[in-house]
Amino acid sequence: MDYTFQFTEVLKELPYLLGGAGVTLLIAFVSFWAGAIIGLFGAVAKVYGGKMVRNIASGYVIFFTNTPALVQIFLLYYALPDVGILLGPLTAVLIGLILNSGAYLTEILRAGVISVRRSEIEAAATLGMSGMQVLRYVMLPHIAKTIYAPLSNFFVWLVLGSSLAALFGVEELTGRAINISTANLRSIETFTIVAAIYVVLTVLASTSLALVGRWAFRVRAKVF
Amino acid sequence: MHHLEIKDLCASYDKDPVLKGVTLSSDKGEVVSLIGPSGSGKSTLLRALIGLTPPSKGQVFVGGEAVDYSSRRSLRALRGEMAIVFQQYNLFQNMTVLRNVSIAPIKIQKRSRSDAEKEAKSLLEKVGMAGKQDAYPEELSGGQQQRVAIARALATRPEILLLDEVTSALDPERVNEVLDTIRGLTSAGITMIIVSHEMAFVREISTRVAMMDDGKIVEIGPPSQIFDAPEQRRTRDFVSKILKH
Amino acid sequence: MFERLVEEAPLFFNYHNLVFIAQAMGRTLGMTVIGCSVGFFFGLLIAVLRQSSMTALMPLRAVAIAYVETFRRIPFLIILFIVLFVIEPLMPGTSLFGIATVSVCLLSTAFLSEIIRSGLESVPQQQMEGARTLNFSALQMLFMVVLPQSWKVIVPPATAFVVMFIKDTSLASQLGVIELTFAGKMLVNRGFSPVLGFGVILFCYFALSYPLSRLSAYLEKRLASS
Repeated sequence: MDYTFQFTEVLKELPYLLGGAGVTLLIAFVSFWAGAIIGLFGAVAKVYGGKMVRNIASGYVIFFTNTPALVQIFLLYYALPDVGILLGPLTAVLIGLILNSGAYLTEILRAGVISVRRSEIEAAATLGMSGMQVLRYVMLPHIAKTIYAPLSNFFVWLVLGSSLAALFGVEELTGRAINISTANLRSIETFTIVAAIYVVLTVLASTSLALVGRWAFRVRAKVF
Repeated sequence: MHHLEIKDLCASYDKDPVLKGVTLSSDKGEVVSLIGPSGSGKSTLLRALIGLTPPSKGQVFVGGEAVDYSSRRSLRALRGEMAIVFQQYNLFQNMTVLRNVSIAPIKIQKRSRSDAEKEAKSLLEKVGMAGKQDAYPEELSGGQQQRVAIARALATRPEILLLDEVTSALDPERVNEVLDTIRGLTSAGITMIIVSHEMAFVREISTRVAMMDDGKIVEIGPPSQIFDAPEQRRTRDFVSKILKH
Repeated sequence: MFERLVEEAPLFFNYHNLVFIAQAMGRTLGMTVIGCSVGFFFGLLIAVLRQSSMTALMPLRAVAIAYVETFRRIPFLIILFIVLFVIEPLMPGTSLFGIATVSVCLLSTAFLSEIIRSGLESVPQQQMEGARTLNFSALQMLFMVVLPQSWKVIVPPATAFVVMFIKDTSLASQLGVIELTFAGKMLVNRGFSPVLGFGVILFCYFALSYPLSRLSAYLEKRLASS
């Protein structure tokens, strides 16, 4: 085989690629936090809501967790123009990822809410704590400990999942990789380096999340 | 020739030296009990003997032949002649009582299934667990599990049986049923090395008692010597402290 | 919009299209089944390899660890591209389905090996000591004592993984494999309404995924109580 690897061709474009990594992280961040807001409502709805509210929330979660995000975004991107809504690629991807994340985060947050044992709340109440104090000193720390690890894992998963934005022309990391490789035809080198960047991104994300977890919430999380 | 000979055995646990030169020999059919304060290395000695904790120095002879703890073949041969019963019974949770007892004879010693199961059933009867052959370990009490563990060890027809604090994890009511079982084994001619805190029991069934402290055997002799007329001060201190209870 | 749907529905649900969709579903299912079976097999090998401590195997162990830790941290899309650009020159003429399946196996092996490994580690050390002193060989210990007891730790996350996996296969559409997602795109390109086209595809994915997630939830509940 007559192929010489030329990584320097790709390494020249490193700044461009790192810019793409920035977009990737942005997409993950926005999707995560917006999704978390939805997730909070969803979790509360599922735990404390009346029958109809619960069913709506369940329906939402079941739909979005059993179908692929890619197809959900296709639907948004290609179907909405029919009703007059024209979404740009990034917007469509973000809306799709946010709705998707909202469903998964509903489940994660719900597990956290129901993990607080009744006995702890009763004990706090008998000690004379007000509702707000119970919430702050008993429920919230417990919930934080339960959900921190799944939330961190989900964020890392989002960082990787954001790559499907490239399929809609968004110039995040994968998108820029595709641009470069079609230009310089050095596909293997390009995608290998981009793979390495993703590994670095996720390791950095996991590590910083684990550190924050240890300091702020006293949660021991695994990185490797 | 002694059946079991231990010469100057040294072993470490997690880089800490625990056994610092143990020498002991025993004849066939003898019951040697090891007593002493915790941390003295009694359990480590048993674990070293059966090769779970590799010895760092010293030699062990079984039936006159040296054991090579670094050779897989030698270990296999050793474990065909020596069996151990653990403090935590270590029964296989995913197998019934009968399977626990018969699996080693069937799969490792290659005996026929009907043979092995017949012998397993008679062993279970001997340890008083006759009706429970289809039960799973999690359905049994600690004492029952321990008796099954003894049957499992005996099923491999060992010449030497090591018993590592087998009653320490049991409720007080359960201790006697296990001690009774062990009592019944002394007539079978198996050499037994027992680590135990049950002093009355140790006194009753042992041919010799060895007092261990700080990784070495401080004194060894018949129960009458160790308990009534110890020669070493450390033995005296330990025995008087224990017997005061 | 609804008028369009009502108009197109009978044209959409003709025999030809239904067979087309069914075949695409078959490919989605095929990638999932092959990917997860191969992934489980090699994942088991890697998990056992990582549990062993034989010094002779250390280089292999290092490779395995590097592989697992890397492939769990790369987007599936990138894996698809890398596999495509590696296999194309080496073995031209490999079908797109083959390339997608290889990628899918690489991904699943990495994830499943971690799930299996934590299952193996959940079995207490004393169970293995009991087996060793009874002269069990390493293989006997693995198959008769460790694996049976690690099932309940392995099955729930493994089932959840398969559920996630079915959705990941949708990315293979980018390669041109005519699985469910690509089938949807093709139908929409032929002029059908996106709501109809992608809606039906979403339903197909749902039909595959939902029973599995119910099974996973049921298993998790049952195994947690035992």
